[in-house]
Amino acid sequence: MQIYLPIADLPVNVFVILAMGLAVGFISGMFGIGGGFLMTPLLIFLGISPAVAVATVASHIAASSMSGAINYWRRRAIDLALVFMLLAGGIIGTAFGVWLFTTLRAIGQLDITIGVSYVLLLGIVGALMVTESVRAILRARQGKPVELRRPGSHTWIHGLPFKLRFKRSRIYVSAIPVWGIGFLIGFVGAVMGIGGGFLLVPMLIYVLRVPTGTVIGTSMVLTLVTMASATVMHAATNHLVDALLAVFLMVGGVTGAQFGARAGQKMSSERLRLLLGLLVLAVGLRFALDLVVAPENLYSIRILDPNT
Amino acid sequence: MTWRPALALIAALGALAAFAPPAAAERLIASLSNHRVMVTSNFTGEELVLFGGIEQDAASRPRRSGYDIVVTVTGPRQTVVTFRKARILGIWVNADSRVIENAPAYVAVLSNRPLDAITNTETLRRLQLGLDNIPLAQRASVNIADAASDDPFRLAFIKIKSDHGLYREVSNGVTFLTPALFRASIPLPAEVPVGTYEVDVRLFADGAQIARAPSPFEVYKSGFEQVVTAAARDHGTLYGLATAMMAIATGWFASVVFRRD
Repeated sequence: MQIYLPIADLPVNVFVILAMGLAVGFISGMFGIGGGFLMTPLLIFLGISPAVAVATVASHIAASSMSGAINYWRRRAIDLALVFMLLAGGIIGTAFGVWLFTTLRAIGQLDITIGVSYVLLLGIVGALMVTESVRAILRARQGKPVELRRPGSHTWIHGLPFKLRFKRSRIYVSAIPVWGIGFLIGFVGAVMGIGGGFLLVPMLIYVLRVPTGTVIGTSMVLTLVTMASATVMHAATNHLVDALLAVFLMVGGVTGAQFGARAGQKMSSERLRLLLGLLVLAVGLRFALDLVVAPENLYSIRILDPNT
Repeated sequence: MTWRPALALIAALGALAAFAPPAAAERLIASLSNHRVMVTSNFTGEELVLFGGIEQDAASRPRRSGYDIVVTVTGPRQTVVTFRKARILGIWVNADSRVIENAPAYVAVLSNRPLDAITNTETLRRLQLGLDNIPLAQRASVNIADAASDDPFRLAFIKIKSDHGLYREVSNGVTFLTPALFRASIPLPAEVPVGTYEVDVRLFADGAQIARAPSPFEVYKSGFEQVVTAAARDHGTLYGLATAMMAIATGWFASVVFRRD
Protein backbone atom coordinates (compact mmCIF):
# COMPACT_ATOMS: atom_id res chain seq x y z
CA MET A 1 0.00 0.00 0.00
CA GLN A 2 1.54 3.25 -1.14
CA ILE A 3 1.06 6.41 0.83
CA TYR A 4 2.19 9.90 -0.10
CA LEU A 5 4.34 11.60 2.56
CA PRO A 6 3.38 15.27 2.80
CA ILE A 7 6.74 16.71 3.87
CA ALA A 8 9.13 14.25 2.27
CA ASP A 9 7.06 14.73 -0.92
CA LEU A 10 7.20 11.19 -2.16
CA PRO A 11 5.11 8.05 -1.91
CA VAL A 12 6.37 5.13 0.16
CA ASN A 13 5.11 1.67 0.89
CA VAL A 14 3.49 1.68 4.34
CA PHE A 15 4.52 -1.92 5.01
CA VAL A 16 8.15 -1.21 4.22
CA ILE A 17 8.14 1.66 6.73
CA LEU A 18 6.36 -0.44 9.36
CA ALA A 19 8.80 -3.31 8.81
CA MET A 20 11.76 -0.96 9.14
CA GLY A 21 10.26 0.41 12.34
CA LEU A 22 9.78 -3.12 13.68
CA ALA A 23 13.30 -4.25 12.82
CA VAL A 24 15.02 -1.17 14.21
CA GLY A 25 12.66 -1.23 17.20
CA PHE A 26 13.64 -4.85 17.89
CA ILE A 27 17.31 -3.92 17.91
CA SER A 28 16.71 -0.84 20.01
CA GLY A 29 14.72 -2.78 22.57
CA MET A 30 17.33 -5.52 22.68
CA PHE A 31 20.24 -3.18 23.36
CA GLY A 32 18.42 -0.36 25.12
CA ILE A 33 19.32 2.21 22.47
CA GLY A 34 17.21 4.50 20.29
CA GLY A 35 18.30 2.98 17.00
CA GLY A 36 18.54 6.28 15.16
CA PHE A 37 21.96 5.39 13.76
CA LEU A 38 20.23 2.56 11.88
CA MET A 39 16.95 4.28 11.02
CA THR A 40 18.37 7.47 9.50
CA PRO A 41 20.53 5.65 6.91
CA LEU A 42 17.62 3.31 6.08
CA LEU A 43 15.32 6.25 5.37
CA ILE A 44 17.97 7.94 3.23
CA PHE A 45 18.31 4.66 1.33
CA LEU A 46 14.54 4.74 0.63
CA GLY A 47 15.03 8.08 -1.14
CA ILE A 48 13.96 10.40 1.67
CA SER A 49 16.23 13.42 1.82
CA PRO A 50 18.81 13.27 4.65
CA ALA A 51 17.43 16.45 6.18
CA VAL A 52 13.86 15.10 6.44
CA ALA A 53 15.20 11.74 7.66
CA VAL A 54 17.25 13.28 10.48
CA ALA A 55 14.41 15.55 11.60
CA THR A 56 11.76 12.83 11.51
CA VAL A 57 13.84 10.13 13.18
CA ALA A 58 14.12 12.40 16.23
CA SER A 59 10.40 11.94 16.90
CA HIS A 60 10.64 8.19 16.31
CA ILE A 61 13.42 7.89 18.89
CA ALA A 62 11.37 9.96 21.32
CA ALA A 63 8.53 7.44 21.02
CA SER A 64 10.67 4.34 21.52
CA SER A 65 12.58 5.84 24.45
CA MET A 66 9.27 6.86 26.04
CA SER A 67 8.01 3.28 25.98
CA GLY A 68 11.33 2.02 27.36
CA ALA A 69 11.56 4.73 29.98
CA ILE A 70 8.16 3.83 31.45
CA ASN A 71 9.32 0.25 32.02
CA TYR A 72 12.42 1.47 33.83
CA TRP A 73 10.38 3.99 35.79
CA ARG A 74 8.25 1.17 37.18
CA ARG A 75 11.42 -0.62 38.27
CA ARG A 76 12.70 2.62 39.86
CA ALA A 77 15.81 2.37 37.70
CA ILE A 78 15.98 6.03 36.68
CA ASP A 79 18.18 8.65 38.32
CA LEU A 80 16.13 11.80 37.76
CA ALA A 81 18.66 14.12 39.37
CA LEU A 82 21.30 12.91 36.93
CA VAL A 83 18.82 13.30 34.06
CA PHE A 84 18.22 16.95 34.99
CA MET A 85 21.93 17.73 35.17
CA LEU A 86 22.58 16.02 31.83
CA LEU A 87 19.61 17.88 30.36
CA ALA A 88 21.02 21.24 31.36
CA GLY A 89 23.84 20.55 28.93
CA GLY A 90 21.66 18.56 26.54
CA ILE A 91 19.20 21.32 25.65
CA ILE A 92 22.02 23.75 24.83
CA GLY A 93 23.72 21.04 22.81
CA THR A 94 20.53 20.31 20.87
CA ALA A 95 19.93 23.97 20.07
CA PHE A 96 23.54 24.31 18.92
CA GLY A 97 23.18 21.13 16.88
CA VAL A 98 20.00 22.30 15.13
CA TRP A 99 21.75 25.60 14.35
CA LEU A 100 24.77 23.82 12.86
CA PHE A 101 22.43 21.52 10.93
CA THR A 102 20.69 24.54 9.37
CA THR A 103 24.00 26.23 8.55
CA LEU A 104 25.54 23.14 6.98
CA ARG A 105 22.43 22.58 4.93
CA ALA A 106 22.67 26.12 3.63
CA ILE A 107 26.28 25.70 2.47
CA GLY A 108 25.70 22.22 1.03
CA GLN A 109 27.98 20.31 3.39
CA LEU A 110 25.32 18.61 5.50
CA ASP A 111 25.52 15.19 3.85
CA ILE A 112 29.29 15.02 4.07
CA THR A 113 29.25 16.14 7.73
CA ILE A 114 26.68 13.50 8.58
CA GLY A 115 28.77 10.95 6.68
CA VAL A 116 32.08 11.80 8.34
CA SER A 117 30.54 12.03 11.80
CA TYR A 118 28.93 8.63 11.39
CA VAL A 119 32.23 7.06 10.35
CA LEU A 120 34.24 8.60 13.18
CA LEU A 121 31.65 8.11 15.89
CA LEU A 122 30.44 4.66 14.95
CA GLY A 123 33.94 3.45 14.10
CA ILE A 124 35.47 4.54 17.39
CA VAL A 125 32.56 3.54 19.62
CA GLY A 126 32.08 0.24 17.78
CA ALA A 127 35.76 -0.67 18.02
CA LEU A 128 35.87 0.21 21.73
CA MET A 129 32.76 -1.83 22.48
CA VAL A 130 33.99 -4.86 20.57
CA THR A 131 37.41 -4.93 22.26
CA GLU A 132 35.95 -4.29 25.69
CA SER A 133 33.27 -6.98 25.40
CA VAL A 134 35.67 -9.55 23.92
CA ARG A 135 37.97 -8.92 26.87
CA ALA A 136 35.06 -9.33 29.27
CA ILE A 137 33.97 -12.57 27.62
CA LEU A 138 37.54 -13.93 27.75
CA ARG A 139 37.82 -12.96 31.42
CA ALA A 140 34.57 -14.76 32.15
CA ARG A 141 35.83 -17.85 30.28
CA GLN A 142 38.99 -17.92 32.39
CA GLY A 143 36.80 -17.91 35.45
CA LYS A 144 37.90 -14.52 36.76
CA PRO A 145 35.19 -12.42 38.42
CA VAL A 146 33.72 -9.66 36.29
CA GLU A 147 34.89 -6.24 37.45
CA LEU A 148 31.89 -4.01 37.41
CA ARG A 149 33.07 -1.22 39.59
CA ARG A 150 36.40 -0.54 41.17
CA PRO A 151 35.60 1.58 44.23
CA GLY A 152 39.06 3.00 44.74
CA SER A 153 39.88 3.90 41.16
CA HIS A 154 39.55 7.64 40.68
CA THR A 155 40.48 9.47 37.50
CA TRP A 156 41.14 13.18 36.92
CA ILE A 157 37.42 13.60 36.34
CA HIS A 158 36.80 13.04 40.01
CA GLY A 159 39.13 15.92 40.84
CA LEU A 160 36.94 18.57 39.16
CA PRO A 161 35.04 21.12 41.24
CA PHE A 162 31.22 21.63 41.68
CA LYS A 163 30.74 18.17 43.07
CA LEU A 164 27.22 16.79 43.30
CA ARG A 165 25.80 13.69 44.93
CA PHE A 166 23.41 11.55 42.86
CA LYS A 167 21.60 9.39 45.39
CA ARG A 168 19.96 6.80 43.23
CA SER A 169 23.11 6.09 41.24
CA ARG A 170 25.24 6.33 44.40
CA ILE A 171 27.87 8.50 42.74
CA TYR A 172 29.55 11.74 43.80
CA VAL A 173 30.95 13.60 40.77
CA SER A 174 31.61 17.08 39.45
CA ALA A 175 28.81 18.76 37.45
CA ILE A 176 31.25 19.71 34.66
CA PRO A 177 31.63 16.28 33.00
CA VAL A 178 27.88 15.69 33.46
CA TRP A 179 27.06 18.91 31.61
CA GLY A 180 29.70 18.13 29.00
CA ILE A 181 28.27 14.69 28.26
CA GLY A 182 24.74 16.14 28.10
CA PHE A 183 25.86 18.84 25.67
CA LEU A 184 27.67 16.35 23.44
CA ILE A 185 24.70 13.96 23.29
CA GLY A 186 22.23 16.74 22.51
CA PHE A 187 24.52 18.20 19.87
CA VAL A 188 25.34 14.91 18.15
CA GLY A 189 21.70 13.87 18.24
CA ALA A 190 20.45 16.99 16.53
CA VAL A 191 23.11 17.00 13.81
CA MET A 192 23.16 13.29 13.06
CA GLY A 193 19.60 12.26 13.78
CA ILE A 194 20.59 9.80 16.46
CA GLY A 195 19.50 9.63 20.06
CA GLY A 196 23.04 8.98 21.15
CA GLY A 197 22.07 6.12 23.46
CA PHE A 198 24.94 4.00 22.20
CA LEU A 199 27.28 6.89 23.10
CA LEU A 200 25.66 7.90 26.35
CA VAL A 201 25.52 4.46 27.95
CA PRO A 202 29.28 3.78 27.70
CA MET A 203 30.09 7.35 28.78
CA LEU A 204 27.89 7.09 31.84
CA ILE A 205 29.47 3.74 32.72
CA TYR A 206 33.12 4.52 32.05
CA VAL A 207 33.38 8.27 32.72
CA LEU A 208 30.83 8.89 35.47
CA ARG A 209 30.87 5.30 36.81
CA VAL A 210 27.11 5.13 36.98
CA PRO A 211 26.10 1.60 38.09
CA THR A 212 24.58 -0.60 35.37
CA GLY A 213 21.27 -0.75 37.25
CA THR A 214 20.32 2.85 36.57
CA VAL A 215 22.31 3.56 33.43
CA ILE A 216 19.87 2.44 30.71
CA GLY A 217 16.76 3.93 32.32
CA THR A 218 18.54 7.23 32.87
CA SER A 219 19.84 7.24 29.31
CA MET A 220 16.34 6.58 27.98
CA VAL A 221 14.77 9.50 29.84
CA LEU A 222 17.53 11.80 28.63
CA THR A 223 17.10 10.55 25.05
CA LEU A 224 13.35 11.08 25.32
CA VAL A 225 13.70 14.70 26.35
CA THR A 226 16.50 15.63 23.92
CA MET A 227 14.77 13.94 20.98
CA ALA A 228 11.36 15.43 21.79
CA SER A 229 12.93 18.89 21.93
CA ALA A 230 14.95 18.20 18.76
CA THR A 231 11.64 17.36 17.05
CA VAL A 232 10.15 20.69 18.11
CA MET A 233 13.28 22.64 17.13
CA HIS A 234 13.63 20.92 13.74
CA ALA A 235 9.95 21.56 13.05
CA ALA A 236 10.22 25.20 14.08
CA THR A 237 13.41 26.06 12.16
CA ASN A 238 13.60 23.74 9.17
CA HIS A 239 9.96 22.60 8.74
CA LEU A 240 11.23 19.16 7.85
CA VAL A 241 9.49 16.81 10.30
CA ASP A 242 7.18 14.49 8.39
CA ALA A 243 4.46 13.62 10.90
CA LEU A 244 2.93 10.92 8.72
CA LEU A 245 6.27 9.14 8.26
CA ALA A 246 6.87 9.55 12.01
CA VAL A 247 3.57 7.82 12.89
CA PHE A 248 4.42 4.70 10.92
CA LEU A 249 7.97 4.59 12.25
CA MET A 250 6.73 5.02 15.82
CA VAL A 251 4.07 2.32 15.62
CA GLY A 252 6.54 -0.17 14.14
CA GLY A 253 9.32 0.96 16.46
CA VAL A 254 7.53 0.71 19.80
CA THR A 255 6.11 -2.71 18.90
CA GLY A 256 9.48 -4.08 17.80
CA ALA A 257 11.12 -2.68 20.91
CA GLN A 258 8.94 -4.79 23.19
CA PHE A 259 9.96 -8.02 21.48
CA GLY A 260 13.56 -6.90 21.31
CA ALA A 261 13.64 -6.22 25.04
CA ARG A 262 12.46 -9.75 25.75
CA ALA A 263 15.06 -11.24 23.41
CA GLY A 264 17.75 -9.09 25.01
CA GLN A 265 16.99 -10.33 28.51
CA LYS A 266 17.92 -13.87 27.48
CA MET A 267 21.49 -12.89 26.60
CA SER A 268 24.48 -12.14 28.80
CA SER A 269 25.41 -8.47 28.90
CA GLU A 270 28.92 -9.08 27.49
CA ARG A 271 27.49 -10.87 24.49
CA LEU A 272 24.92 -8.10 24.00
CA ARG A 273 27.67 -5.48 24.07
CA LEU A 274 29.71 -7.48 21.56
CA LEU A 275 26.75 -7.76 19.19
CA LEU A 276 25.93 -4.09 19.49
CA GLY A 277 29.60 -3.20 19.00
CA LEU A 278 29.75 -5.27 15.82
CA LEU A 279 26.54 -3.67 14.55
CA VAL A 280 27.79 -0.17 15.27
CA LEU A 281 31.11 -0.97 13.61
CA ALA A 282 29.38 -2.41 10.54
CA VAL A 283 27.23 0.69 10.03
CA GLY A 284 30.33 2.87 10.49
CA LEU A 285 32.24 0.87 7.86
CA ARG A 286 29.31 1.14 5.47
CA PHE A 287 29.49 4.93 5.77
CA ALA A 288 33.28 4.87 5.38
CA LEU A 289 32.87 2.96 2.14
CA ASP A 290 30.55 5.66 0.81
CA LEU A 291 33.14 8.32 1.56
CA VAL A 292 36.23 6.68 0.07
CA VAL A 293 34.82 4.77 -2.90
CA ALA A 294 34.44 6.94 -6.00
CA PRO A 295 30.73 7.75 -6.30
CA GLU A 296 28.84 6.56 -9.34
CA ASN A 297 27.48 10.04 -9.89
CA LEU A 298 29.70 12.96 -8.92
CA TYR A 299 26.81 15.36 -9.10
CA SER A 300 23.90 15.88 -6.78
CA ILE A 301 21.20 18.51 -6.67
CA ARG A 302 19.29 20.22 -3.91
CA ILE A 303 16.34 22.56 -4.11
CA LEU A 304 17.10 25.84 -2.33
CA ASP A 305 13.73 27.49 -2.20
CA PRO A 306 10.68 26.76 -4.29
CA ASN A 307 9.59 30.10 -5.74
CA THR A 308 5.95 29.58 -4.99
CA MET B 1 -3.98 16.82 -62.97
CA THR B 2 -1.09 17.15 -65.32
CA TRP B 3 2.26 18.48 -64.23
CA ARG B 4 1.74 21.90 -65.76
CA PRO B 5 -1.22 23.11 -63.63
CA ALA B 6 0.39 21.46 -60.56
CA LEU B 7 3.52 23.48 -61.11
CA ALA B 8 1.42 26.58 -61.54
CA LEU B 9 -0.35 25.83 -58.29
CA ILE B 10 2.91 25.43 -56.40
CA ALA B 11 4.19 28.65 -57.91
CA ALA B 12 0.97 30.41 -56.92
CA LEU B 13 1.16 29.03 -53.39
CA GLY B 14 4.77 30.08 -53.19
CA ALA B 15 3.79 33.59 -54.16
CA LEU B 16 0.97 33.53 -51.63
CA ALA B 17 3.28 32.33 -48.90
CA ALA B 18 5.67 35.14 -49.67
CA PHE B 19 2.99 37.76 -49.09
CA ALA B 20 0.62 36.27 -46.49
CA PRO B 21 1.76 35.57 -42.91
CA PRO B 22 1.82 31.79 -42.65
CA ALA B 23 0.56 31.69 -39.06
CA ALA B 24 -2.85 32.95 -40.07
CA ALA B 25 -3.64 29.84 -42.01
CA GLU B 26 -4.05 27.23 -39.25
CA ARG B 27 -5.64 27.39 -35.89
CA LEU B 28 -4.52 25.13 -33.08
CA ILE B 29 -6.92 24.00 -30.38
CA ALA B 30 -5.72 22.02 -27.37
CA SER B 31 -7.44 20.83 -24.21
CA LEU B 32 -6.31 18.84 -21.19
CA SER B 33 -8.25 15.98 -19.63
CA ASN B 34 -7.87 17.64 -16.24
CA HIS B 35 -6.77 21.12 -15.22
CA ARG B 36 -6.37 20.40 -11.53
CA VAL B 37 -4.28 17.47 -10.35
CA MET B 38 -4.91 16.60 -6.71
CA VAL B 39 -2.13 15.20 -4.56
CA THR B 40 -3.79 13.09 -1.89
CA SER B 41 -2.36 10.45 0.42
CA ASN B 42 -2.72 7.76 -2.24
CA PHE B 43 -1.08 9.84 -4.98
CA THR B 44 1.42 7.77 -6.93
CA GLY B 45 1.63 9.92 -10.02
CA GLU B 46 -0.86 10.60 -12.74
CA GLU B 47 -1.11 10.81 -16.49
CA LEU B 48 -2.79 13.77 -18.07
CA VAL B 49 -4.10 13.52 -21.58
CA LEU B 50 -3.93 16.42 -23.98
CA PHE B 51 -6.20 16.43 -27.01
CA GLY B 52 -5.77 18.84 -29.84
CA GLY B 53 -7.01 19.63 -33.27
CA ILE B 54 -5.67 21.62 -36.18
CA GLU B 55 -8.32 23.73 -37.87
CA GLN B 56 -7.73 24.78 -41.42
CA ASP B 57 -9.48 27.68 -43.02
CA ALA B 58 -9.84 28.75 -46.63
CA ALA B 59 -6.36 30.21 -46.65
CA SER B 60 -4.74 26.92 -45.61
CA ARG B 61 -2.43 25.40 -48.12
CA PRO B 62 -1.44 21.75 -48.27
CA ARG B 63 1.70 20.98 -46.31
CA ARG B 64 4.33 18.98 -48.06
CA SER B 65 5.48 17.05 -45.00
CA GLY B 66 2.29 17.17 -42.96
CA TYR B 67 1.98 18.65 -39.49
CA ASP B 68 4.24 18.24 -36.50
CA ILE B 69 3.33 18.91 -32.89
CA VAL B 70 5.72 19.75 -30.06
CA VAL B 71 4.21 19.90 -26.57
CA THR B 72 6.35 21.45 -23.81
CA VAL B 73 5.16 21.07 -20.23
CA THR B 74 7.00 23.27 -17.73
CA GLY B 75 6.57 22.94 -13.98
CA PRO B 76 6.90 25.52 -11.21
CA ARG B 77 10.24 27.32 -10.89
CA GLN B 78 12.80 26.49 -8.23
CA THR B 79 16.25 27.63 -7.31
CA VAL B 80 18.43 24.55 -7.33
CA VAL B 81 22.06 23.93 -6.43
CA THR B 82 24.04 21.37 -8.36
CA PHE B 83 27.02 20.04 -6.41
CA ARG B 84 30.03 18.27 -7.82
CA LYS B 85 32.00 15.93 -5.62
CA ALA B 86 35.77 15.80 -5.63
CA ARG B 87 38.25 13.83 -3.62
CA ILE B 88 39.72 15.93 -0.85
CA LEU B 89 42.04 14.30 1.69
CA GLY B 90 40.91 10.88 0.51
CA ILE B 91 37.20 11.41 0.94
CA TRP B 92 34.56 12.54 -1.53
CA VAL B 93 33.06 15.91 -0.65
CA ASN B 94 30.91 18.46 -2.46
CA ALA B 95 33.73 20.63 -3.74
CA ASP B 96 32.11 22.74 -6.45
CA SER B 97 28.59 23.97 -7.02
CA ARG B 98 26.39 26.02 -9.34
CA VAL B 99 23.13 27.71 -8.45
CA ILE B 100 20.49 27.46 -11.13
CA GLU B 101 17.89 30.20 -10.85
CA ASN B 102 14.29 29.57 -11.86
CA ALA B 103 14.88 26.05 -13.01
CA PRO B 104 11.60 24.36 -13.93
CA ALA B 105 10.88 21.55 -11.46
CA TYR B 106 9.38 19.53 -14.28
CA VAL B 107 9.92 19.57 -18.03
CA ALA B 108 8.36 17.24 -20.57
CA VAL B 109 8.96 17.75 -24.27
CA LEU B 110 6.62 15.56 -26.27
CA SER B 111 6.56 15.39 -30.05
CA ASN B 112 5.31 13.15 -32.81
CA ARG B 113 8.82 12.56 -34.16
CA PRO B 114 12.36 13.49 -33.11
CA LEU B 115 12.78 17.24 -32.71
CA ASP B 116 15.71 17.43 -35.11
CA ALA B 117 13.48 15.86 -37.78
CA ILE B 118 10.79 18.47 -37.21
CA THR B 119 12.93 21.53 -37.64
CA ASN B 120 16.56 22.59 -37.70
CA THR B 121 18.84 23.10 -34.70
CA GLU B 122 18.84 26.84 -35.10
CA THR B 123 15.04 27.08 -34.83
CA LEU B 124 14.98 24.70 -31.86
CA ARG B 125 17.51 26.89 -30.08
CA ARG B 126 15.65 30.09 -30.90
CA LEU B 127 12.33 28.66 -29.67
CA GLN B 128 14.06 27.04 -26.64
CA LEU B 129 12.62 23.66 -27.56
CA GLY B 130 13.91 20.37 -26.22
CA LEU B 131 15.95 19.53 -23.12
CA ASP B 132 19.11 20.72 -24.90
CA ASN B 133 17.66 24.19 -25.27
CA ILE B 134 15.61 24.90 -22.16
CA PRO B 135 16.94 27.99 -20.44
CA LEU B 136 18.74 27.16 -17.19
CA ALA B 137 20.42 30.31 -15.96
CA GLN B 138 23.37 29.64 -13.69
CA ARG B 139 24.43 32.04 -11.03
CA ALA B 140 28.20 31.97 -10.86
CA SER B 141 29.03 34.12 -7.81
CA VAL B 142 27.89 37.49 -9.23
CA ASN B 143 26.78 37.28 -12.83
CA ILE B 144 23.93 35.19 -14.12
CA ALA B 145 24.70 33.50 -17.38
CA ASP B 146 22.97 30.94 -19.50
CA ALA B 147 25.38 28.04 -19.51
CA ALA B 148 26.35 26.50 -22.81
CA SER B 149 24.28 23.43 -23.60
CA ASP B 150 27.32 21.18 -23.03
CA ASP B 151 28.16 22.67 -19.62
CA PRO B 152 28.87 19.70 -17.29
CA PHE B 153 26.75 21.11 -14.44
CA ARG B 154 23.84 21.71 -16.77
CA LEU B 155 24.11 18.22 -18.26
CA ALA B 156 24.41 16.63 -14.81
CA PHE B 157 21.37 18.55 -13.60
CA ILE B 158 19.28 17.40 -16.57
CA LYS B 159 20.54 13.84 -16.11
CA ILE B 160 19.52 13.73 -12.42
CA LYS B 161 16.12 15.24 -13.18
CA SER B 162 15.65 12.74 -16.01
CA ASP B 163 16.54 9.83 -13.71
CA HIS B 164 13.70 10.95 -11.43
CA GLY B 165 11.33 11.14 -14.38
CA LEU B 166 11.00 14.89 -13.88
CA TYR B 167 12.70 15.88 -17.12
CA ARG B 168 11.89 13.97 -20.23
CA GLU B 169 11.93 14.28 -23.97
CA VAL B 170 9.65 11.81 -25.71
CA SER B 171 9.91 11.81 -29.49
CA ASN B 172 6.81 9.63 -29.87
CA GLY B 173 4.80 11.28 -27.12
CA VAL B 174 2.32 12.82 -29.55
CA THR B 175 0.09 10.59 -31.65
CA PHE B 176 -1.88 11.78 -34.65
CA LEU B 177 -5.32 10.17 -34.65
CA THR B 178 -6.21 11.78 -37.95
CA PRO B 179 -4.01 14.18 -39.92
CA ALA B 180 -5.65 17.04 -38.02
CA LEU B 181 -6.35 15.48 -34.63
CA PHE B 182 -3.72 14.50 -32.09
CA ARG B 183 -3.34 13.34 -28.51
CA ALA B 184 -0.42 13.42 -26.08
CA SER B 185 -0.11 11.90 -22.65
CA ILE B 186 1.74 13.89 -20.02
CA PRO B 187 3.25 11.57 -17.41
CA LEU B 188 3.40 13.13 -13.94
CA PRO B 189 5.54 11.01 -11.56
CA ALA B 190 4.72 10.95 -7.86
CA GLU B 191 7.57 13.35 -7.10
CA VAL B 192 6.10 16.27 -9.07
CA PRO B 193 6.03 19.38 -6.89
CA VAL B 194 2.85 21.35 -6.41
CA GLY B 195 2.33 24.53 -8.41
CA THR B 196 1.25 25.81 -11.78
CA TYR B 197 2.35 23.94 -14.89
CA GLU B 198 2.44 25.54 -18.32
CA VAL B 199 1.57 23.44 -21.33
CA ASP B 200 2.78 24.99 -24.56
CA VAL B 201 1.58 23.31 -27.75
CA ARG B 202 3.33 24.30 -30.97
CA LEU B 203 2.32 23.37 -34.47
CA PHE B 204 5.04 22.98 -37.06
CA ALA B 205 4.81 22.52 -40.76
CA ASP B 206 7.68 22.29 -43.15
CA GLY B 207 10.11 23.09 -40.36
CA ALA B 208 8.46 26.34 -39.30
CA GLN B 209 6.26 27.09 -36.34
CA ILE B 210 2.83 28.15 -37.61
CA ALA B 211 0.60 28.12 -34.53
CA ARG B 212 0.80 27.94 -30.79
CA ALA B 213 -1.71 27.24 -27.98
CA PRO B 214 -1.20 27.39 -24.21
CA SER B 215 -3.08 25.24 -21.70
CA PRO B 216 -2.00 25.47 -18.06
CA PHE B 217 -2.86 23.08 -15.25
CA GLU B 218 -2.27 23.04 -11.54
CA VAL B 219 -0.93 20.40 -9.17
CA TYR B 220 -2.08 20.92 -5.60
CA LYS B 221 -2.17 19.09 -2.32
CA SER B 222 -5.57 18.51 -0.87
CA GLY B 223 -7.17 17.17 2.26
CA PHE B 224 -4.86 15.67 4.84
CA GLU B 225 -1.69 16.28 2.81
CA GLN B 226 -2.53 19.94 2.47
CA VAL B 227 -3.32 20.32 6.18
CA VAL B 228 -0.04 18.71 7.25
CA THR B 229 2.06 20.73 4.81
CA ALA B 230 0.40 24.01 5.76
CA ALA B 231 0.76 23.24 9.48
CA ALA B 232 4.43 22.35 9.13
CA ARG B 233 5.13 25.52 7.18
CA ASP B 234 2.96 28.08 8.96
CA HIS B 235 2.94 26.81 12.55
CA GLY B 236 6.30 25.05 12.82
CA THR B 237 6.58 25.15 16.60
CA LEU B 238 3.03 23.96 17.25
CA TYR B 239 3.45 21.27 14.62
CA GLY B 240 6.67 20.14 16.30
CA LEU B 241 5.01 20.11 19.73
CA ALA B 242 2.13 18.06 18.34
CA THR B 243 4.55 15.56 16.77
CA ALA B 244 6.53 15.30 20.02
CA MET B 245 3.31 14.77 22.00
CA MET B 246 2.30 12.11 19.51
CA ALA B 247 5.65 10.37 20.06
CA ILE B 248 5.20 10.43 23.83
CA ALA B 249 1.63 9.16 23.54
CA THR B 250 2.66 6.33 21.19
CA GLY B 251 5.47 5.30 23.53
CA TRP B 252 3.20 5.40 26.56
CA PHE B 253 0.48 3.48 24.75
CA ALA B 254 2.94 0.77 23.72
CA SER B 255 4.18 0.31 27.26
CA VAL B 256 0.59 -0.06 28.47
CA VAL B 257 -0.41 -2.48 25.72
CA PHE B 258 2.63 -4.69 26.13
CA ARG B 259 2.81 -4.47 29.92
CA ARG B 260 3.53 -7.82 31.44
CA ASP B 261 4.18 -7.22 35.14
